Amino acid sequence: MPKQLKASQLEKCISCGSCMLACARVRQQSLSLERSAIRIRTAGGFRSSLICDVCLACHEPACAAACPSEALEPRPGGGVVLRKERCIGCRRCQEACTVHGIHYDDQLGYPIVCAHCGVCARYCPHGCLSLEEVPVEEVAYAAES
Amino acid sequence: MQRKAENIRHGTDLGVPRILRVDLNSGRVEVKRRPDLAPWLGGSPLGTRLLAEEIDLQAPALAPQQPIVFAIGPLTAAFPAVTKTSAHFKSPLTGNLGESHAGGRLAMALRFAGYDALVIVGASHRPVYLTVSSNDVRVKDATPFWGRGTEETGRILRENEVRLGSGKRSIIRIGPAGEAGVAYAGVNVDTYRHFGRLGLGAVMGAKKLKAIVVGGDLSFPITDVKRYIRIYDRTHDLAVNSPAMQKYHEIGTTQNVLPLNAMGALPTRNLQAGSFEGAEEISGEAFAEDLLLRKYACFGCPVGCIHIGLLRQEFAPGYEYRYAGVSYDYELIFSLGSVLGVSNRTDLLALIERVEELGLDAMSAGVVLAWLTEAREKGLVPEHELGAPLAFGAANAYLEGLNRLVKDKAEVWQVARRGSAALAARYGGDFALQVAGNEVSGYHTGYGSLLGHAIGSRHSHLDAAGYSLDQQKTNLTPNEIVEALLREEQERCVFTALHACLFARKLYGDRALVREALATLGFERTEEELDKLGRDTLRLKHRLKAAMGFTLAGVRLPQRFYQTPTPNGPLDEESMQMALAVARQRIEQLLAEAPPETPKLAQAMVASS
Repeated sequence: MPKQLKASQLEKCISCGSCMLACARVRQQSLSLERSAIRIRTAGGFRSSLICDVCLACHEPACAAACPSEALEPRPGGGVVLRKERCIGCRRCQEACTVHGIHYDDQLGYPIVCAHCGVCARYCPHGCLSLEEVPVEEVAYAAES
Repeated sequence: MQRKAENIRHGTDLGVPRILRVDLNSGRVEVKRRPDLAPWLGGSPLGTRLLAEEIDLQAPALAPQQPIVFAIGPLTAAFPAVTKTSAHFKSPLTGNLGESHAGGRLAMALRFAGYDALVIVGASHRPVYLTVSSNDVRVKDATPFWGRGTEETGRILRENEVRLGSGKRSIIRIGPAGEAGVAYAGVNVDTYRHFGRLGLGAVMGAKKLKAIVVGGDLSFPITDVKRYIRIYDRTHDLAVNSPAMQKYHEIGTTQNVLPLNAMGALPTRNLQAGSFEGAEEISGEAFAEDLLLRKYACFGCPVGCIHIGLLRQEFAPGYEYRYAGVSYDYELIFSLGSVLGVSNRTDLLALIERVEELGLDAMSAGVVLAWLTEAREKGLVPEHELGAPLAFGAANAYLEGLNRLVKDKAEVWQVARRGSAALAARYGGDFALQVAGNEVSGYHTGYGSLLGHAIGSRHSHLDAAGYSLDQQKTNLTPNEIVEALLREEQERCVFTALHACLFARKLYGDRALVREALATLGFERTEEELDKLGRDTLRLKHRLKAAMGFTLAGVRLPQRFYQTPTPNGPLDEESMQMALAVARQRIEQLLAEAPPETPKLAQAMVASS
């Protein structure tokens, strides 16, 4: 069954950044925030709640539709897979995503895309993130509704 | 291809310290790679070494030429709970070595901006703030919000500096206390952390530097990623699962309140007693069960020890309420609670909130108010100057007192701005809870705590944690305690090079693990090199102190410390003075081991001998 990353328990987040560092470390071999596909931020100041910007695993992803060079392909289970060699660095995918789910690294020159691998969830000390199996039918339903 | 050039310009080699120096007189910015400083590794050792280069040993702490140094360590952001930045300066409170450590997001932001240390010299004529990012450094106008509190200043800067990115930037700022030159004004880091101790806020205020905003977007390649992940996972597991860290993420540091009270070591009403009848009410357990809103973490720490309490106050009849999240910790419960006789949790949070807003060091501010309260009871200070009806337990009077500390022009408040030692010198009363000019922490546990304050290089309880030694019931003699404290501070000089949080000291107390962690990032260090780093750093700190005129021969502890017994029995002045003489001898031996580190220090040592 395909898997999806879900940031569904963000009210438990302590803003430690372990997820971001893990994504960049494991997926990009980098000590970095720019190369993380998941971003935790505050809505301005620590007194307000936290926000997680990560791919929501759309079934018909707007980012892929906006890509002029077919570098983003829809992924089984939702979201996209990046074909780096096809990317021209236009950032249209980033503009097309209305939920800030696609990040872009200036130094690398291509988007940072969530692979729904769940490495971030493994390092989350409070169980805010989880990798969940989604039946194919459910994915389709989510896309229709 | 501009991007590539930028990357090369920054370099992502972690091994050689990259120093940013900003001169506020001219606005000139200088960036240097300093291979010669690589032996100082980072954090406190690196910061101390840079301070030694830049400091004017003779000039007052608030003179424009005095430097401020911020330093991070080799493991910053790369390993769990490595979250600290150290600040180095000449302290306006002690007139001597100033050093304070803060968590929050500053260390991470400096890492991704590409700097191991930030040095600020000179002073501006108009209020300014500084922005530091990976591709720019600017000095900007802060005139419109000079005079504003720390919360509003933070809000303005968050909106002004959107470019630097929420969640990955750090905003540090002073409040009215720093602007007014209160000798123990602190610097608020992000929303809930601080450079609290020894008056960095006043040093920034004297430079008309209201705030610093740091953020960056660099990425650092990891060469041996397998090895790095293996060590990372080990430390992450220890941080999340080991019992050593449990205290910090459950009740937090306030877990100390009840045990210390039970043993009679919780300074109460200016240490007229060592236990407080209101301790239950202000215990960590009571705060957690009643008012704990949530916990937060410094960036890169899965422990998340920052405890946020709910301050809910009725501001008008008709059920009109306001609320705020206020962070609380053990030292604040001592300094704005028991030592002032305040036992109401909401009152205590309101006092903490006021201290945050004004930008004061909570420990010094509370102890100063405690001194004033006892002095008022004894008729030592002029009532008409005092204005506020300070009395133990009277929280509203203390709220007013905090405002007066920052703003009142009467002589007693002007002296109070210089600390409790200055108050005792001016008005008499041998009951100031200070050692060598720095107000003490909330542990009246025995010789270890007080000797730790006296012989520590910054007279802080965290220099060598003497309070912890006392609680281990080791039955050490005062002289043996001195030896143990000196060893511990030397070890902490290595620890604070990394620059991990002291709460993770059990985790990173494992030298083998530390060496492996360093090696994964390209810092190969032998056991001997780390030992030498600790000793060299401690020596340099004491050399700086001596060169600025400090000697343990001049340290005398106020009588109050001998009058109120500790869990280890009443302390005896003669034994204390004998132990201090031993410490003095040991420090002289330490200094004699090597020649002065810089020409400036050599000159100063000749002049002072």
